[in-house]
Amino acid sequence: MKHNQPIYTDNDPQNELVTLNLGPTHPATHGVFQNVLQLDGERIVSGVSTIGYIHRAFEKIAEHRPFYQITPLTDRLNYCSSPINNMGWHMTVEKLLNIQIPKRVDYLRVIIMELARISDHIICNTIIAQDTGATTTFLYLFQFREHIYEIYEEVCGARLTTNVGRIGGLERDFNEIAFAKINKFLKEFPIALREFESLLNRNRIFIDRTAGVAEVTQETALSFGWTGPLLRATGVDYDVRVSEPYSSYQDFDFEIPVGTSGDIYDRYLVRNEEMWQSVRIIEQAMEKLKSEPKGIFHADVPEFYLPGKEEVYNNMEALIYHFKIVMGEIDAPKAEVYHAVEGGNGELGFYLINDGGRTPYRLHFRRPSFINYSMFAKMSEGMLLSDAIINMSSMNIIAGELDA
Amino acid sequence: MAKATNTEIIDLLGERFGEQLFDVTEPYGLLTFSTTKDKLITVLSFLKENGKFNFNFLTDLTAVHYPETNQIAVVYHLHSMVSGIRVRLKVFLHENDPTIATASTLWNSANWMERETYDFFGVRFEGHPDLRRILNMDDLGVFPMLKQYPLEDPNRVDKKDEYFGR
Repeated sequence: MKHNQPIYTDNDPQNELVTLNLGPTHPATHGVFQNVLQLDGERIVSGVSTIGYIHRAFEKIAEHRPFYQITPLTDRLNYCSSPINNMGWHMTVEKLLNIQIPKRVDYLRVIIMELARISDHIICNTIIAQDTGATTTFLYLFQFREHIYEIYEEVCGARLTTNVGRIGGLERDFNEIAFAKINKFLKEFPIALREFESLLNRNRIFIDRTAGVAEVTQETALSFGWTGPLLRATGVDYDVRVSEPYSSYQDFDFEIPVGTSGDIYDRYLVRNEEMWQSVRIIEQAMEKLKSEPKGIFHADVPEFYLPGKEEVYNNMEALIYHFKIVMGEIDAPKAEVYHAVEGGNGELGFYLINDGGRTPYRLHFRRPSFINYSMFAKMSEGMLLSDAIINMSSMNIIAGELDA
Repeated sequence: MAKATNTEIIDLLGERFGEQLFDVTEPYGLLTFSTTKDKLITVLSFLKENGKFNFNFLTDLTAVHYPETNQIAVVYHLHSMVSGIRVRLKVFLHENDPTIATASTLWNSANWMERETYDFFGVRFEGHPDLRRILNMDDLGVFPMLKQYPLEDPNRVDKKDEYFGR
């Protein structure tokens, strides 16, 4: 088997171009992937992207796991916003099984998903700033990711790979501490975000480094399959939350920010504004929760939702359901379903084919990082190396999602 | 713009292609149909360029292996963002000769998705500019997502369907 290989080294003294291996473990890539670049001075002439360094065969593993055991695999796709992946997977299965989710559960899910979106955008935007040399902003806003992880901890016990929620709802209700922490976050985060913006939005150095760099037209972005903040920065107002509302997003009043030129500065602004909108959504969800009946945190679907331990020990039906669910014996229709959610980086899709067995016949993840990243090498051509590095940060490529 | 309905698309496609599109179903509201590999590019470019629906976005491209019928299905998910509708297009290939025309002439995003599909299923996309493995190592030698390759220790019995009455 012979594949055309990228050139790794070039020792020809007559050659004016320099070959540079950027990655796989370069601090500026923020993840494990490699770009072999041909440089003419500081300018990139051509590049070849090599990925797959942390490929873990999730699609193959998923063909051998019952539905509920696939949730931990989705954690490890975009691990900066695991709850969105978890919920996306639960909703895919719920769509397959035709489960109606109570409003209160939808709102709780919206809260956790929007927190995840904020934490994802915090990472991306602070790292753009960090790569342009603004360490203060990075350290200043990054602490709020920690506060979001503390909320996750209250909700599900985990911080990074959350495995939050179950098929049919959440595994437990939000407790009082969780609500208190969310309220505290809603009070403190806007102040910090405003300060973050005032440090960067009109910052001359930041604008010089980002505005007009790596501009992308709408046509190019659509042709390369871009979604999420990257596509919206070019001016296309596509957001799965609006075009195909899931988890009761149609009940919320929020705006989809769009940019104009698709450059790094626009991407930064779009992500910042999305954080504001996420805060707005969480505030509305907290308000809506007040009028919902307390204590409901899952749909009434005993065939699919794992009963509590106490129930299992004292109730025969619960014991039967517990056994069937744990052994993967739930009856799911033979069908195929595609469900998409708006992940931190774009449209995160799950294409599930079920043949009636214990495990999916085929599960494919539409991973936005993978599809967005395919343009990187091409768009780097003619760019300065230092610009290409900020461009990479602004694409928010998460190696877990890139390689699956 | 109002959302288009599946019926409108079926009518439009039926008028243009007739019997060349078959197996039309709507699982969970998503219009699904199959075509032959000779007609694939004609169908895709018609969907992409017709003025009415404009399926200008390739959401997803992947494959599924069906060893019982010796087939590999290449699955395309297209999205018309303007009319807010998706379609799923399938092409069934024989597993001994999985070759199909590349869609990277229509969408640049197909480039990497086809490389991924080649990497895992061995589907050869004719006319692809750079068809080599993308996630697996170059000298893997097999196409791992094909169903004949087991995942784990074959002696392990706790995950086999026959032990659960299926």
